Amino acid sequence: MLTIQDLQGNRKQANRERLMRRLFGLAATLSIAISLLILYVLADGAFTFMAGIDWQWSLLTDTGWFPRRERFDLRTIVTGSIIMGTVAMFVAVPFGLGTAIYLSEYASRRVRTVVKPIIEVLAGIPSVIVGFFALKVIAPDFVVPLFDPTTSRNMLVAGLGIGILVIPIMASLSEDALSAVPGSLREASYGVGAKRVTTVTKVIIPAAVSGLVAAFIISVSRAIGETMVATMAGGFDGAGPYTGWSVLSPGLTMTAAMTNAAGGTDAVKAGPSFDVLFLVGLLLFLITLVLNSIGAKFVNRVRQKY
Amino acid sequence: MTEPTHPPEPQQSDQEPNMEPTTSTSTSENVDVATTTPERSLATRPVAAEGNIVDPDAEVVFDMNDVSVLYGDFRAVRGATMKIRKNQITAFIGPSGCGKTTMLRCLNRMNDFIPTAKVEGTINYHGVDLYDPAVNSTEVRRRIGMVFQKPNPFPKSIYDNVAYGPRLAGVRKRAELDEVVEKSLRGAALWDEVKDRLKSSGLSLSGGQQQRLCIARAVAVGPDVILMDEPCSALDPIATARIEDLMREIKADYTIVIVTHNMQQAARVSDMTAFYTTEVNPESDRRTGHLVEYNPTVKMFSQPDDNRTEQYVTGRFG
Amino acid sequence: MALMTPGKAGQTASEITAAQLTSSKRDVAGIVMLVALLLTIISTLLILFVLIGRVVRDAIPVVTGEGTAFLGNTIGSNPATTGIWPGLYGSFFIGVGVVVLTIPIGVGAAIYLEEYAKPNALTNALLVNIRNLAGVPSVIYGVLGLIIFVGWLKPITGGSSVIAAALTMAVLVLPIVIITSMEAIRSVPEGLRDAGFGVGSSRWEVTKDHVLPYAAPGILTGIVLSLARALGEAAPLIMLGAVTGLLPQPSLDGRFTAIPMLIYNWSGRPDLPGEEIGWSNAAAAAGLVLLLLVLSFNALAIYLRNRFEKTRIGQ
Repeated sequence: MLTIQDLQGNRKQANRERLMRRLFGLAATLSIAISLLILYVLADGAFTFMAGIDWQWSLLTDTGWFPRRERFDLRTIVTGSIIMGTVAMFVAVPFGLGTAIYLSEYASRRVRTVVKPIIEVLAGIPSVIVGFFALKVIAPDFVVPLFDPTTSRNMLVAGLGIGILVIPIMASLSEDALSAVPGSLREASYGVGAKRVTTVTKVIIPAAVSGLVAAFIISVSRAIGETMVATMAGGFDGAGPYTGWSVLSPGLTMTAAMTNAAGGTDAVKAGPSFDVLFLVGLLLFLITLVLNSIGAKFVNRVRQKY
Repeated sequence: MTEPTHPPEPQQSDQEPNMEPTTSTSTSENVDVATTTPERSLATRPVAAEGNIVDPDAEVVFDMNDVSVLYGDFRAVRGATMKIRKNQITAFIGPSGCGKTTMLRCLNRMNDFIPTAKVEGTINYHGVDLYDPAVNSTEVRRRIGMVFQKPNPFPKSIYDNVAYGPRLAGVRKRAELDEVVEKSLRGAALWDEVKDRLKSSGLSLSGGQQQRLCIARAVAVGPDVILMDEPCSALDPIATARIEDLMREIKADYTIVIVTHNMQQAARVSDMTAFYTTEVNPESDRRTGHLVEYNPTVKMFSQPDDNRTEQYVTGRFG
Repeated sequence: MALMTPGKAGQTASEITAAQLTSSKRDVAGIVMLVALLLTIISTLLILFVLIGRVVRDAIPVVTGEGTAFLGNTIGSNPATTGIWPGLYGSFFIGVGVVVLTIPIGVGAAIYLEEYAKPNALTNALLVNIRNLAGVPSVIYGVLGLIIFVGWLKPITGGSSVIAAALTMAVLVLPIVIITSMEAIRSVPEGLRDAGFGVGSSRWEVTKDHVLPYAAPGILTGIVLSLARALGEAAPLIMLGAVTGLLPQPSLDGRFTAIPMLIYNWSGRPDLPGEEIGWSNAAAAAGLVLLLLVLSFNALAIYLRNRFEKTRIGQ
């Protein structure tokens, strides 16, 4: 017969187990601390900003983004982000989705083993280098000769650059969505004698729609959050969307406004023209959070379906 | 065709006289048994092997009382009341989904790893309640070892596989480890085959050898119970036969509980057999397993008490 | 459909079928689709090619002119003699800091979430939170770093310094390290854990002796990829106050810079006519260095992943 003591095990080991469990748990909860800190820093800075000027809501809508003259028209920079993001998606969706469809439905294994690493290389290119590319190639060699804009740094140039940056994300997420469609659906379609193009357009893409929408939303989120290309190649025009804007105008995104406030053209490190970056940051954080959450919901829908 | 005789036995239970059936073939499959009633003559049933003598007074290792396992609010298996005794081989048999593996895993607290699993009833191990909060489950698993369905040697050398358990227990000296490794590998009938390549990877062995390695690994820890969850289902018949022989050899030192879906194996190898089956809950359409009968193997396969057992062992269902 | 199409008068059914199966009715839609898709792939590859090619081309004057002195010189006011040494110094220590910090914290968090945490609402909240953090724009991590590491922790970090930058970048890539480590740990076959528990190992012993060694290649791949990402980020550097001017003596706790910052700054400076080596050449040369670093890390990660996938399948 045994007693309970026999089955209690080693005290030292039990303590060590508890310690390791606590340490790992601490590491995991650190992530919550980071989120809370981000929120706190942004909110606190935003309040400082609002306290530092005569706060009226109308300040947010006085036309033009000229922080040093205390004009903080959020609509300017939000519109800038939207326009550049749209241009970017016009690049990213065809190239990214097209690449994904080709790799997933058409390419042989040999082609895949060559092309996929190349896409991964593109994904690894730092954004600052794409910014360089936008300034030195996209602007002078394409946009200026073709469209003759007033300035070489404008939203089209920057948007194209951001689009290039976002292609790999769109491609990779879209490919995941297409691959998640079960092979049995493909077999069913080919089995009734459908051509490949019909199968792809009428069966696979509709079946993968949730995942593709998720890919799109997450790519948009990345495009809006992109900073370097926007800062380097977007130009700056605080006058905003009220002076005959077009895609060829220079424009300011939320992200570029933040970098300008911190160390760029509005390089005064205190006061409202600096503190406004917290308000913009908060806005940017919330927008990308919402977009990512919606994207995640679509991804979950895909998981549940299959 | 031989005609084995079955001495009539009055009741089941612990007063079992020594029962020695006359035929014993190690790979006996469906031997036709011509006995008394006409229905039975048409049926095929496994024949319990010679030498499966059951001592009714052997020390109780596991005393299970009305044990049930629930996953959340789904009762997977219920009502297991039985005593598993020392140095016997006890087999759990039954159709798939009847809860025999779930019940086996209760005996070494492996179900702890399933978050929603909950065990009701009591399981006493040598008199101690296994699920007492003060009991350390790691310690339980040092005393109650387990061999799994798919052989799972560590991706280490053969030597390190077997030495892993002793090293955990604090054995450091090379000479002591060497001794334990040799003894365990001999005990698993693997020593002669691997003694010249102890450093090679455990994964380089054949399936049957890997499983014997897993047995050696379990034995090296020095348990008094070895649980086996369908240990031969992934192996070919020759490897299976070797492991069955091994089980009979090591029975003298360990208490063995084996889950098997192969009735003939249970008949060949075990001393006591527990038959589980499923019943469908008419409301929820979910199946709950439960223990139907637990008796000496010889009786289970010749004249079981419960008709459902009879149906199962004669192959009429499951 | 096949047999319902009328054939020519007098044809047998088998002749009609044979004719239909071998008929060469053009699949116009299919060809159009294929051509379109091929165009997108080829264009994408072309864009990559042109991008890298341009960086290399613009960097050549510096490579042939200054040569390796470019790596050792400090930042100067003349593009022909400027160097990226302070940037290399900063990027190096940022990389070291990222690796040193993310391994214990990132892998530890992954171990907790995969091995220890119960599947309940709190664990789910942690997972959702980590995924959200992975999608936060890098400029916001820059703001976080500015306030916390440059501001609050100034006594430890020395203000706007390499240490602050390393901490900021570590926080930025931490969610990615956690997610890739979790995937690596999840890929460990359950039978291996069963075997460990079956011989009476504790949870930590199973993790340390069996799970981590098996998952190590995947974890390592994730860390290498995160390192490449951290080296390429510029937006946080701007927020943290990285300098772009003279920095003769880089140090761990004084003002700092890193390679991406130099590329950013030099790209914006105009080229003077008649210059053989202008700022765009210097920017391209710095970009070349950064590309070589980042791409070789990515290649290393892909190599690691492929090599260990083969040994797994072999098992």
